Amino acid sequence: MTLVRARGVRKTFATFTAVDGVDLSVASGEVVGLLGANGAGKTTLMKMLLGLTTPTGGIIELFGGESPGRHARERIGYVPQGLGLYEDLTVGENLEFVASAYGLELPPLGDLAAHRGLLVQDLSLGLRRRTAFLGALAHNPELLVLDEPTSGVDVLARSDLWGTIRTAAESGAGVLVSTHHMEEADECDRLIVMAAGRVVLAGTMSEIIGDAVGGTKRIESFEKRFAELAEAT
Amino acid sequence: MKASQWGVTDLSVDYGRRTALRDVSLDLSSGTIAAVAGGDGAGKTTLLRALVGLVPPTSGDVRRPTEDAVGYLPASSGVYPDLTVEENLRFAARAYGVRGSDYQAARAELLERTGLEGASDRLGGNLSGGMRQKLGLAMALVHNPSLLVLDEPSTGVDPVSRKELWGLVTDAARAGTAVLLTTTYLDEAGRSDVVCVLDAGEVLLQGAPDALVRGVGGSMGEASTEPDTHFTWRRGATWRWWTTDATPPAGSRRVALDLQDAVVIAALRKREQLEGVPR
Repeated sequence: MTLVRARGVRKTFATFTAVDGVDLSVASGEVVGLLGANGAGKTTLMKMLLGLTTPTGGIIELFGGESPGRHARERIGYVPQGLGLYEDLTVGENLEFVASAYGLELPPLGDLAAHRGLLVQDLSLGLRRRTAFLGALAHNPELLVLDEPTSGVDVLARSDLWGTIRTAAESGAGVLVSTHHMEEADECDRLIVMAAGRVVLAGTMSEIIGDAVGGTKRIESFEKRFAELAEAT
Repeated sequence: MKASQWGVTDLSVDYGRRTALRDVSLDLSSGTIAAVAGGDGAGKTTLLRALVGLVPPTSGDVRRPTEDAVGYLPASSGVYPDLTVEENLRFAARAYGVRGSDYQAARAELLERTGLEGASDRLGGNLSGGMRQKLGLAMALVHNPSLLVLDEPSTGVDPVSRKELWGLVTDAARAGTAVLLTTTYLDEAGRSDVVCVLDAGEVLLQGAPDALVRGVGGSMGEASTEPDTHFTWRRGATWRWWTTDATPPAGSRRVALDLQDAVVIAALRKREQLEGVPR
């Protein structure tokens, strides 16, 4: 099922065009990476999907026919870059608060149970990210929107977080990930690269840089391709 | 490669009762780039701060040049938001005693190389993340330091600006500067001459990226479902496994590992030693 279908989406602010005719789709079970330089239009596009800002033109359909907005938002899990946690509440209190907003009981805490009584401000970044993820997943959302989901955490914590994202996708959620980093981009099934409000490149990592490229050459090849596109726009 | 001039030996740093760094040794040589990798709280910033003299070592030795030969880019970029690009650069130059024609020459070169010429009148607070980091780096380079220390230079920086930042850093190393930088990303660390991966204040892995990858031993591969082996983890849509056994798990194929895999394997082995379970 196609969870996000955006066609020719535009957003202009006074004389500035932030998003300029973007097509985007996210299907159930897939992880789509959204890349672009600062100011390329990624955040504006995500805000339009979340229904936080209205497109100037084009069509966005969510879940096969709904418009973005409050109703559709109940089916979306969103983890912002700043995580959106209450620093002076405990892990358990944060999750209870989020769950109660959806009329739900506290979700199973898994390996966070050991940290349930700790204030969020006293947690490592890895545990904060796990807490934010659990909160965003509490209502079994069909669409996950994640802004740089593993920024700043160590490699095992990153692997654990990506395990959680993959499990959600395998149980049918569609995932849209905005990122600047190759290691996150490399985790995605498909990438959409934006520059100056437009989609300039779309495909799998192998389609973009070629299958044979490995090791540290991968990031260099990708960044080179990315810079060429950004300069050409 | 010249002999190492700067670095730390058996460095430990305690903050009160908490140990932030334990027994870390790292040599920094003229013309080379060393990367300290690890997550938030691993001890990366403490290592940098101890190296530049902002934190006293609890034990161990620190070798650094005199203060006026160190360039330091803090994680916050060190750019003053209410000064213009030009004023920020001049302020840094004055602080290091770079004046007159020396300053004019450094200014022209750095503004050109950072692509900030057209932005010299813009306020620091109005720059994008990438431009702010490039200005911070220009400020750290204005006195042509022999040791350049960069705390997460590419965090929050888009791929285009990151490519430019790396260009500036490699130019500085090529001109003979010893560079130490921190990163949470191993693909980035893998482009350095030496990588030191920190975990909970201790060295998890250290060496040249190629040597670390070659040194893993055993065999690694991927499978589409969770394999029945001791060490498994997710990578993209597939599962990865690593084993010292001769036979790989059924239904899987071997793949060449990279630095990220090498660090995951080391971290899983450490976790097993600590907790007695692989995951």
